[in-house]
Amino acid sequence: MSQPSMSEALRGVVRRDLLLAMRHRSDVAMSVFFVVIVASLFPLGVGPEPAVLRMIASGVLWVTALLACLLSLGRLFTADYLDGVLEQTLLIPQPLAVLVVGKVFAHWVISGLPVVLLSPLLGLQFGLGGDSLGVLTLSLLLGTPTLSMIGAIGAALTLGLRGSGLLVALLVLPLFVPVLIFGAGAVTSSLAGIGSEANLSLLGACFLLSLAFAPWATAVALRIALE
Amino acid sequence: MQWGSPTEFWAMGGYGLYVWTSFGATALCMVWEVLAVWRRHTAAAGESRDLS
Amino acid sequence: MGINWFKYSSPQAFHPLAGRMIPWFSAAALALIGIGLYIGFFVAPTDFQQGDAYRIIFVHVPAAWMSMFLYVIMAAWAGLGLGLNARPSFMMAQAIAPTGAMFTFLALLTGAMWGKPTWGAWWVWDARLTSELILLFQYIGIILLRASIDDLRRADRASAVFALVGVVNVPIIYFSVRWWNTLHQGASVSMTASPKMAATMVTAMLVMTLGFWMYSIAVTLARVRCVIAERERQPSWGKNSSIQEVAEAR
Repeated sequence: MSQPSMSEALRGVVRRDLLLAMRHRSDVAMSVFFVVIVASLFPLGVGPEPAVLRMIASGVLWVTALLACLLSLGRLFTADYLDGVLEQTLLIPQPLAVLVVGKVFAHWVISGLPVVLLSPLLGLQFGLGGDSLGVLTLSLLLGTPTLSMIGAIGAALTLGLRGSGLLVALLVLPLFVPVLIFGAGAVTSSLAGIGSEANLSLLGACFLLSLAFAPWATAVALRIALE
Repeated sequence: MQWGSPTEFWAMGGYGLYVWTSFGATALCMVWEVLAVWRRHTAAAGESRDLS
Repeated sequence: MGINWFKYSSPQAFHPLAGRMIPWFSAAALALIGIGLYIGFFVAPTDFQQGDAYRIIFVHVPAAWMSMFLYVIMAAWAGLGLGLNARPSFMMAQAIAPTGAMFTFLALLTGAMWGKPTWGAWWVWDARLTSELILLFQYIGIILLRASIDDLRRADRASAVFALVGVVNVPIIYFSVRWWNTLHQGASVSMTASPKMAATMVTAMLVMTLGFWMYSIAVTLARVRCVIAERERQPSWGKNSSIQEVAEAR
């Protein structure tokens, strides 16, 4: 039997993780419900005035998506770590960074993509309309995978540690800030009529940069955690 | 820079609170840090054999 | 040169060397800070626009510069440790972090003290202050990450990775917040617009910075000695032997 290629290994990782997730559909639902509930908290706290809600919409929805990503990071590596599969993964001849991309992609499909698909509805709740709804969805489409990739570094660094939930937040939130700024900024500038191309381009750049470096840093962190 | 009197010096043109809080906090932090490292050193050196 | 520097890469040799260096750096620190304070308070004139409140920059700017400088140095030691797999490099990174965090905190505090009388706000979300705040979070993250990991080797290497990731993050944050400020026209006040500086002001600031630098070196050396002594007590890196056993085995 010949060695599987890198793309075959990648597809194998993605397929396995998605299959496992399908057996626990509640994981998908959790991210979605979290975002819905938290997004509903803000109007309850701030007041229902449409003008105010429209002003805070981009920030609130983006921070909510960011927090959802943060909370789901615990599920990225922990299950595999606990049952020993992760150690075996490190021994696979294919580059660990590629396998990390696979795991992060599967993780995003489960917890990030549903948020992206739900965002137009949430945007409507906050009084966003037309163009800005589209920009919101696009910004989250670009941003949530970026957040997952950056977050994976934190998840790998804190693998198996006590109190890792809070520690991951502390480590990863400073790294999330640029993505938040460009993502929410895209929606805000669309609302202001300035045009969101610049912010979206910068967001795209963040995505590409994280795709280039984050899996590699995550792989290094995984090896450190598992030695 | 000529200060008319010690009172003027401490008043810092009306900004005394801000100026002296800043310098005071800085001095406090640095002294505290030195003391903390000193304490850590006595604790560490006391338990292990003399290295120096 | 006749000195074999590599012999100092062992903790037992570095410990006494560090001990001998501390008094010199401490004396330099005291002297420079003393001179800097003298120039700052008794030579530099009152500023035309900001009155005597501007004198805060004699601690604010040096603290801010040190906070950034120390982070880069710490990341360099971390990188060196990862690259060479060298324990002493990790120890230096470990020793620098608390001092760096302290200066970051002071930079933020004195910045607020300067901002309130001068521009009427305790805090503004401009690029430099926001980046400084994120820098503080990153310092704390490194310290807490290390504290959460019991295994020394993993603690060294994990905090090193995070230090390196963080060093890349700070300029990105700076750029993105600058960008964000240009989008939101309201936040146009920059805390960093310094007064037109007389030569004496600049001198005092530079002397104080040098003094803080000497102080940092002295404190870091003292702390690394503590780290060396503490690690000697614990099972050493990756193996269950102490420095004593390893030394005796040679």
